[in-house]
Amino acid sequence: MLDQFGPPVLPPGLEPLRAEVRAFLADWGSAYPAEKRALSWMGFDAEFSRALGAKGWLGLSIPREYGGHDASPFERFVVNEELLAAGAPVTAHWIADRQSAPLLLRHGTEAQKQRYLPAICAGELYFCIGMSEPASGSDLASVRTKADRQADGAWVLNGRKVWTTNADRCQAMIALVRTDPASERHAGLSQILVDLTLPGVMIRPIKDLSGHEHFNEVTFDDVRVGADALIGVEGDGWAQTTSELAFERSGPERFLSAMTLFRCLVGAVGPEPDARQAVEIGRLAAWLIALRSMSISVTAQLVSGQDPVWAASCVKDLGTGYEQDTVEVAMRLIDSLPPGPQATTTRHVLAIVQSMAPSFSLRGGTREILRGILARGLGVR
Amino acid sequence: MRTLLQHSIERLLADAVTPDLLRAAEGGAWPTDLWAKIEELGLPLAAVPEDLGGAGASWTDIFVVIRACGAAAAPTPLPEAILANSLLAAAGLESPESGPIVFAAGLADAPLAAVPWGRHARWLALHDTQAGQIALHSLARARIVPDNNVAGEPRDTVTLAAGSLVAGAATSAATDAVMLGGAMLRSAQMAGALGRLTEISADYANERVQFGRPIGKFQAVQQQLAVLATQAAAAVSASEAAFLMATPCADLVTTASAKAVSGEAAGKGAGIAHAVFGAIGFTHEHSLHFLTRRLWAWRGEYGSDAFWADRLGRTLAARGGDGLWPLVTAALCGDQDR
Ligand SMILES: Cc1cc2nc3c(=O)[nH]c(=O)nc-3n(C[C@H](O)[C@H](O)[C@H](O)COP(=O)(O)OP(=O)(O)OC[C@H]3O[C@@H](n4cnc5c(N)ncnc54)[C@H](O)[C@@H]3O)c2cc1C
Repeated sequence: MLDQFGPPVLPPGLEPLRAEVRAFLADWGSAYPAEKRALSWMGFDAEFSRALGAKGWLGLSIPREYGGHDASPFERFVVNEELLAAGAPVTAHWIADRQSAPLLLRHGTEAQKQRYLPAICAGELYFCIGMSEPASGSDLASVRTKADRQADGAWVLNGRKVWTTNADRCQAMIALVRTDPASERHAGLSQILVDLTLPGVMIRPIKDLSGHEHFNEVTFDDVRVGADALIGVEGDGWAQTTSELAFERSGPERFLSAMTLFRCLVGAVGPEPDARQAVEIGRLAAWLIALRSMSISVTAQLVSGQDPVWAASCVKDLGTGYEQDTVEVAMRLIDSLPPGPQATTTRHVLAIVQSMAPSFSLRGGTREILRGILARGLGVR
Repeated sequence: MRTLLQHSIERLLADAVTPDLLRAAEGGAWPTDLWAKIEELGLPLAAVPEDLGGAGASWTDIFVVIRACGAAAAPTPLPEAILANSLLAAAGLESPESGPIVFAAGLADAPLAAVPWGRHARWLALHDTQAGQIALHSLARARIVPDNNVAGEPRDTVTLAAGSLVAGAATSAATDAVMLGGAMLRSAQMAGALGRLTEISADYANERVQFGRPIGKFQAVQQQLAVLATQAAAAVSASEAAFLMATPCADLVTTASAKAVSGEAAGKGAGIAHAVFGAIGFTHEHSLHFLTRRLWAWRGEYGSDAFWADRLGRTLAARGGDGLWPLVTAALCGDQDR
C-alpha cells in the first residue's frame, strides 16, 4: 500500500499561478484579521467565493462546457493550498467545489450537469452534505431517511439529517437516502439532490461548543422532489458516496486547518527563539513539509487516473492529528512568547483553533474509522 | 532508471541478506560476496556522473536503492559509498575503482569519530570543512578504535596514517554537507525499514492466533498497525522530498524535515511493531530486531529529530510568520533552477 506514495513531484509551470493567487489574496486580505483567518475553511463569505469564481479558480477540474476550466488536479491543489494557507473564507463554495461538482460530473445526467455545474463554478451555488443522521454517524449504512417513489416518478422525502455544515446558508443538499423501503444496510440507498428552499424542509442551526453556528439539523417532512433529483443510479448510493468521500478526504484542508495558528506562533516567537521554541516550531514545520509531500503524491495519483483512497486516508489521519498537535504546541509555548501584539493575537487565535480542534478528527470520518480503512488496506480485518 | 535500480537492488538483497548473514555481520564479519555483487552492479557509483565513470542516476532514482538497503537492513556501507563517491565527483575527483568507501567530516590529522564501517572500508572521502576541501584517503594503514551503534553496525574512530592522501580538491560544498548527506541517507533507510516493518507486522497479525482468532482481527491491533503504516508513509514521503531536492548536495529544509519526521516515525513505528510481535519479537532468535535496532540507531545518527527540528525552527523563526508558508512551498517546488 505504501507504493501509493510515489515521488512527490509538482510539475513545472505552476508557480505563476501560485504567484497570481498570492497577489490576489494580498490585495484582498490586507485588513482581514488573524482571528477570522483562524476559522480556516469554516469562514463564510459569498462575495469572496464569487470573486474566486470570477478569477476562474473554482471548478478548476470541471470541463469548460460546464463552466469549469479543464485544469489539472495540480492547479487545483496549488489554488486551494494558497487559499487555505492564507485562512481565506472559502466555506461557502468549498463543499460544492470539492465534492458535489465532481460527483455530478461523474454520475449526473446531462441536464443536471448543465443546470448546476456552471453556477458552482461561478461561486454562486453552494452545497451541503446530507449523510449523517441522529442514529447514523460512523455507521453511515444505517441511514433511515427515506425517499418514496410516487406514481408520477417524483420522490417524497421524510427523515432527518444532522451536523449538516452550512445547510442554513446554502441552496442545495446531496442527501444519502433509502429509496428501497425493504432494503437493509448498503443496498437500496440512493443520492438525491434536494433544493433546500422546498416546502417541508426545516433547517435548525446547532451551536457548537463555542457558540458558533455552522452545522445544522435538517428535517424533511413530506418534501417532494422531481424524478430528475435522483443522482446516478437508483440503489447505487453507497458506492457513489464512497467515491464522494474520497474527494472529501484527500485535500490539503486535512492538514492546513490550523495554519493561521502556526503562522501566528512563528511570528510571536520572534527571530531568535530559545531551544525549546525552535524545536517545537521546527518539528511542526518538518511534519507540515512531510504532509504536503504526501498530499502532492496523492494528487499525482489523481492525475494519473488512479483512486488513491488508502493514501488519502493516510494523509487525513496524520494531517488532522498534526492540526491538533499544532494546538498542543501552541499551548506549550504560549507562556514563553515575548509580550506584545503578536502574542496577544496568537492567544486569540489559539482560543479559536483550540475550540475547533476536536472536530478535525471527526468531520469527514473519524480517526478510528479511517484507521479501520487503513488496516483493511494492509490486509488485516 | 529508477525501476531498473529498484529491481536489481531488491533482488540482490532479498537473496543475500539472510538472518545468518546479519548475525555474522553483527559479530564482526564482512560480507565479501555481497559487496562484490554490489560492485559488479556498479551501485557505489550510482550518483557519479557518466563522464566520471558513474551511472549518472539522479537522487530521486537513488532513493529506491537507499530505501531498499534500509528495508533489508543490508550490512554494507552502500549508502555511504554512494554519497562518498558523489562528494568526490562534485569536487571533480575520481572515485577508486573498487573497495568499500565511506565518508566523514573533520581534519586529516585528528581522530575522526563514528566513521561508519571504518574497520572494513578501504577508502575515505574526507570533507575538511576548515580548508574547504574534499579529499580521498586510503584507510589501508589507518588506526581504528572499533565501536558499534545500538544495531551492532561498525561506527569506528579512525585516525588516518601519514601519507594516506590520494587526491584532494577544493569544494564549494556547504560546511555541513556531510551532516546533511548523512541525514538524508539515514532518513531513507528508516523509511525503508518502516515499510518492511509494516509488512511483516501485518503478516504476523494475520498468523498469530489468540483467543481463537488471528490477533489482526482485534481492533486495537488493527488501529496500531494503521498508525505504523501512516508513520511509514510519512517517512517515505518526507525522505523522497529530500532526495528530490538534492542538488547534488542535500537540501537543508527538506532534509531537516525528512530526518525529523523519519526519526519520530522510527520511534513510534518500532514501538508498535514490538507491541504486535509480543515476546517472540523480543528474542535474539527472531529477526524483528534487525529492523528495530537499526531504526533506533539511525534515528540518532547525523542529527536526531530534535537536532533537525531545532535547525529548521531557527531557519523558520528568522523568516518570521509571513515567511512560513513561502518557505514550505519553496521547499518542494517544480519551478526552480536545479
Ligand atoms: C464540525 C462537523 C461538521 C460536520 N459536517 C457534516 C456534514 O456536513 N454532513 C454530514 O453528513 N456529517 C457531518 N458531520 C458529521 C460527521 O461525519 C460525524 O460526526 C462522524 O461521521 C462521526 O459520527 P458521530 O459523530 O455520530 O460519532 P459516532 O459514530 O457515534 O462515533 C463516536 C465514537 O465512536 C467511534 N466509533 C464508532 N464506530 C466505531 C467502530 N466501528 N469502530 C471503532 N470506533 C467506532 C468513533 O470513531 C468515535 O470515536 C460533521 C461533524 C462535525 C464535528
